[in-house]
Amino acid sequence: MCLGVPGQVVEVSTDVLGMSMGRVSFGGVVKEVCLAYTSDVQVGEYVIVHVGFAISKIDEEEAGKVFELLRQMGELEELDVPQPEA
Amino acid sequence: MRYVDEYRGGEDAGRLLGAIRRTVTKPWVIMEICGGQTHTLIKAGIDRMLPEEITLVHGPGCPVCVTPMRLIDQAIAIARRPEVIFTSFGDMLRVPGSNADLLKVKSEGGDVRIVYSPLDAVKIAHANPGRQVVFFAVGFETTAPANAMAVWRAERAGVENFSVLCSHVLVPPAMEAILGSPDHRVQGFLAAGHVCTVMGYWQYEPIADRHRIPVIVTGFEPLDLIQGTYMAIAALEEGRHGVENQYSRSVTREGNTAAQQLMTEVFETADREWRGIGVIPGSGYRLRESFTAFDASLRFDVADIEATESEECIAGLIMQGIERPSACPAFGTRCTPEKPLGAPMVSSEGACAAYYQYGRS
Amino acid sequence: MRGLLPIRAQLMANDTDPDLSGGMACPIPISDYPTVQLAHGGGGRLSQMLIEEMFVAAFDNPVLAQLHDGAILDIGANRLALSTDSYVVHPLFFPGGDIGSLAVHGTVNDVAMCGARPIALSAGFIIEEGLPMEDLWRIVRSMSDAAHGAGVAVVTGDTKVVDRGKGDGIYINTTGIGVIGDDVEISPHRARPGDVVLLSGAIAVHGITIMSVREGLEFETRLETDSAALHTLTAALLERRGRDVHVLRDPTRGGVASTLNEIAAQAGVGIRLDEEPIPIDEEVRGACEILGFDPLYVANEGKCIAIVAREAADELLQTMRGHPLGARAAIVGEVVEEHPGKVFLRSRIGGLRVVDMLSGEQLPRIC
Ligand code: SF4
Repeated sequence: MCLGVPGQVVEVSTDVLGMSMGRVSFGGVVKEVCLAYTSDVQVGEYVIVHVGFAISKIDEEEAGKVFELLRQMGELEELDVPQPEA
Repeated sequence: MRYVDEYRGGEDAGRLLGAIRRTVTKPWVIMEICGGQTHTLIKAGIDRMLPEEITLVHGPGCPVCVTPMRLIDQAIAIARRPEVIFTSFGDMLRVPGSNADLLKVKSEGGDVRIVYSPLDAVKIAHANPGRQVVFFAVGFETTAPANAMAVWRAERAGVENFSVLCSHVLVPPAMEAILGSPDHRVQGFLAAGHVCTVMGYWQYEPIADRHRIPVIVTGFEPLDLIQGTYMAIAALEEGRHGVENQYSRSVTREGNTAAQQLMTEVFETADREWRGIGVIPGSGYRLRESFTAFDASLRFDVADIEATESEECIAGLIMQGIERPSACPAFGTRCTPEKPLGAPMVSSEGACAAYYQYGRS
Repeated sequence: MRGLLPIRAQLMANDTDPDLSGGMACPIPISDYPTVQLAHGGGGRLSQMLIEEMFVAAFDNPVLAQLHDGAILDIGANRLALSTDSYVVHPLFFPGGDIGSLAVHGTVNDVAMCGARPIALSAGFIIEEGLPMEDLWRIVRSMSDAAHGAGVAVVTGDTKVVDRGKGDGIYINTTGIGVIGDDVEISPHRARPGDVVLLSGAIAVHGITIMSVREGLEFETRLETDSAALHTLTAALLERRGRDVHVLRDPTRGGVASTLNEIAAQAGVGIRLDEEPIPIDEEVRGACEILGFDPLYVANEGKCIAIVAREAADELLQTMRGHPLGARAAIVGEVVEEHPGKVFLRSRIGGLRVVDMLSGEQLPRIC
């Protein structure tokens, strides 16, 4: 459930009701997004967007962890790609 | 695209799959709760790359699939009214009601519009003061903050011609219901990363403890799902239980507290009926007393509409992980995306649709 | 749903009743679709059903049975290609084009995909009362520019005006005619195991451009439609190695996935696609992510799929790349003996899956 797409904040603003809004770029396509739930987000940072709302700010450090783990695995073991059948 | 591409790499996937194969020694049944995860698994062909010992069963995490038919019929009744602009996420338009779907209402001249965000529906209401604008507020915890914000803003800005037909559902009670069923065979869960982004994962800790089961909060890209599966298998093989967080780039234990706050201001917990499964106590949201003026089912007096499901459809069993779509006698014959008997065949997240579209039998 | 089944059973029983059927029963069971649905025109499975079960059945003839983008007619010593298409697009104007240029390019391409050199077009206009004259002028000028650019003449036409509210501003039908060279034999039936699938450029650009200006879904993008006349590209391929070009198609409505499914079904072969080399723009991917679309099903208006003999593939790929409309051409798959009628895709992570026909238009989704 719940398509959530990572995008980069390119602009932060406040609307007439005082709500934090912004423009978020998804690979160059830009959409207006409500930032009320991630109000500390800065231009340049990445957020996960669901139905026009940023629901989290992506934690860069945490994002790198899986690749860290993979590097360790790679050092330990041979690459082993399974062959799926048709 | 950053944070997308790097999680779709073939080499990394191969490495993690290798690790899974070296770890697994006996058969395990794992349920991915979210229908979006089901689709990624099948679309990327991951289910076929996993070792035979691992059986993935598909959970109830498809808001479109679990919305009761009664509610679809109510939506259709509202959408047919000439004064109404009925707005919805695209997903709901093909879901079969008793004898029509919203797309049919649209082709018959009803003003049914697809919106990207619930705030767009409020904007439409603002721009059309002479019409009644209704938004079909479905979804799990992930979507609730957005829908809550739409109602809250409509109230603040005095947009009185706006209302919502609400069918919000919650994951933890559904997990409890699955684990409480005597037929269940789930040994580990991949919890839905975006639900946990909003709610955090502390709610799952007592469930994991009570049922002595691993729950891995998992993301949605192929690499996330393979890693989540690996973490689940490792825990199962080592006899560990508890909650682990694979999707830590987005999920914290507490979740998004700002979002939770507005949700609880607008919604309150209520019993909810799940299509094909039945009523699960405390498993959904309804509008709080102070916001009932925005309840479309009251405004248009459709609350009494009842509906009966197809007797053939076993969607309930599929969404509890008891059966797979291919076990349904109607699958691919009397039930196809063109002529669905149940919602899982038309929802973009439905397990039956995934099996059908990507050729699983 | 329960109530429907017995009714359907009854209708089917009636079908065998000689008094009622007499060979003229509607081929689309009435209990399934008492009225035409949008998806019947969406390019997916329902469209295919309507075409095959109703139109082909009714007009039954060997030329139509080819189910090509256009008809190939033997007239005296010449072979002519004839193709028609109606253009219904909303909004009428979109970044990089409008309904007028689309109506020219689309039909020029349908003729080109028969392996023909387009010569002339007809144009039929169905205009809604109230369409601003200025808009009509813009559309007509754009058609004329597109026709000039493609080197074809609009040689005959027709105009009808319908009541306000009965048309979406304007609908345009164009029919094109072209001449097929001697050596050329393009037909979906010629796809055979071992052949290679070439794609002339990045996918899903047109469909996503239209989405970007659809009411309620708007997003900002620099994307413009890829709408273009492809006949010089196909001519270059045919000149280079005409005999080795087996199938040509422009994957418009329903996208690359639907087009390849049609070819696989018509030729009775399987098609194996590779996800990795399929060219796609970053912005198109971004838009597909937020809308929840699969770009394989999104429309193109200036792309061509060529299925060619394996020996000729590299040479033809270079030919494509040497043409301005084919600079990003790639080999994206092959024709196989296995799984006839089906298209499989090897995903980036190495998994295999079926790429099926879609049953209706893709709808933007949340989940
Ligand atoms: S295949 Fe159709 S009838 Fe069977 S469970 Fe799925 S939706 Fe229901």
